[in-house]
Amino acid sequence: MLEFALTLRRGALLLEVEDCFTAEWTVIFGPSGAGKSTLLRLMAGLESPQRGRIALDQRKLTDTGHHVFIGPGHRRIAFVAQQPALFPHLSVEANVAYGIDKLGPSERSSRVEEMLALVGAIELANRSPRDLSGGEAQRVALARALAPHSRLLLLDEPFSALDGEASDALLARLRPWLHQRGVQTVLVTHDATDAWASDAEVALLRAGQIVARGPASVALAAERARILARLTSS
Amino acid sequence: MDWQALTLTLRLAALTTAILLAIAVPLAALLVLGRARWLAILEAVTALPLVLPPVVLGFLLLVLLGPRTFVGRGITAVLGHPLAFSFSGLVVGSVIYSLPFAVQPLVTGFAAVEPALIDAARLLGASPLRIVATLLVPLARRSLLAAAVLTFLHTVGEFGVVLMLGGDIPGATRTLSILLYDQVESFNYAAANRTAVLLLGLSVVALAAIYTGVRPRGGSRA
Repeated sequence: MLEFALTLRRGALLLEVEDCFTAEWTVIFGPSGAGKSTLLRLMAGLESPQRGRIALDQRKLTDTGHHVFIGPGHRRIAFVAQQPALFPHLSVEANVAYGIDKLGPSERSSRVEEMLALVGAIELANRSPRDLSGGEAQRVALARALAPHSRLLLLDEPFSALDGEASDALLARLRPWLHQRGVQTVLVTHDATDAWASDAEVALLRAGQIVARGPASVALAAERARILARLTSS
Repeated sequence: MDWQALTLTLRLAALTTAILLAIAVPLAALLVLGRARWLAILEAVTALPLVLPPVVLGFLLLVLLGPRTFVGRGITAVLGHPLAFSFSGLVVGSVIYSLPFAVQPLVTGFAAVEPALIDAARLLGASPLRIVATLLVPLARRSLLAAAVLTFLHTVGEFGVVLMLGGDIPGATRTLSILLYDQVESFNYAAANRTAVLLLGLSVVALAAIYTGVRPRGGSRA
């Protein structure tokens, strides 16, 4: 369960959100500049709000009122951004192992193998990130983020470099794995089809505020009507 | 050839470079990764030797490390001798004087590392120390080379601070620059030429090392 009430002013954007995500899979949908990525960065602890609080399973991660701020590496949150940000001087295998350095060598090695197999990138283990395509790099970034076995997974348009078929296949493998381990997921997208394609809970973010919440059919009813109107008028 | 002055100069430059890299790597990382406002003041203080005339810095250190100050008396009590007019004193002066030549390239190199990589490491639980050791230093190794060579060269060519703080004691504080000054003062231009060529050669070799290291293999820098 992810609870948050946050206020952050950044340039022209005033992000003011309050909600509680309980669904296993939540999609934050909204146009570019609505504050989706900023919201995810706040949840991950990469940024601090001017005011507000975040709690994951009742554990306070951020609370400006009580000067609580748990650092990004100690929140049990995995984060995958649109930009894979793989460490260019390390192999794919070393990238995936980076966050699990405290495990013993054999456990670390089997975890790396498991993660790479999960994202369909086992054959890339010895490659350099410089030799990967955009889609391959995104798969490896996902494997690296999942390796430490977190409680919450934040995905910021992480499959933008994958074609629809590859993205669907990856999600089909990923979702049961996350379900089995009780990992809650929040996915950010500006593509309405991503929100409709899943049976997720949807939060519609517009100009820094959550303006609708519920199943895709409810939260995105207006968006659906807008797209249908555009298709029928053309 | 005054081998004593040459070995003293190389010893001073090597020691100064080693000490400065040990100081400059964490300092540059702090300046790049830190967000506190007082870090701007720290950065300004670090750059101060760039604009301060060397003789002024040498004079200030001479006074500070001399027997009239608390610091000077404390050092004398610990070491058994004052730092001024000793090789150890030259090392201290050189470290302070060459500080910006070690810190600035490293700050530039560390700041060029993509913030997204640092964010990724933080999300994976890496401590600041691990981020420096596993990301900043390997990704900015050319800046590390530049910092090492510039510090070494700057120390080799140092004159004002050395003369003020160390004087001209053969085997203890007489470096190649001081030797060159002595040779010119005594109209021994043949010896002065040899010393100048040696200093010039050291500079060219060291700079060539930097540019060989900085230039990407098999392509231009553009």
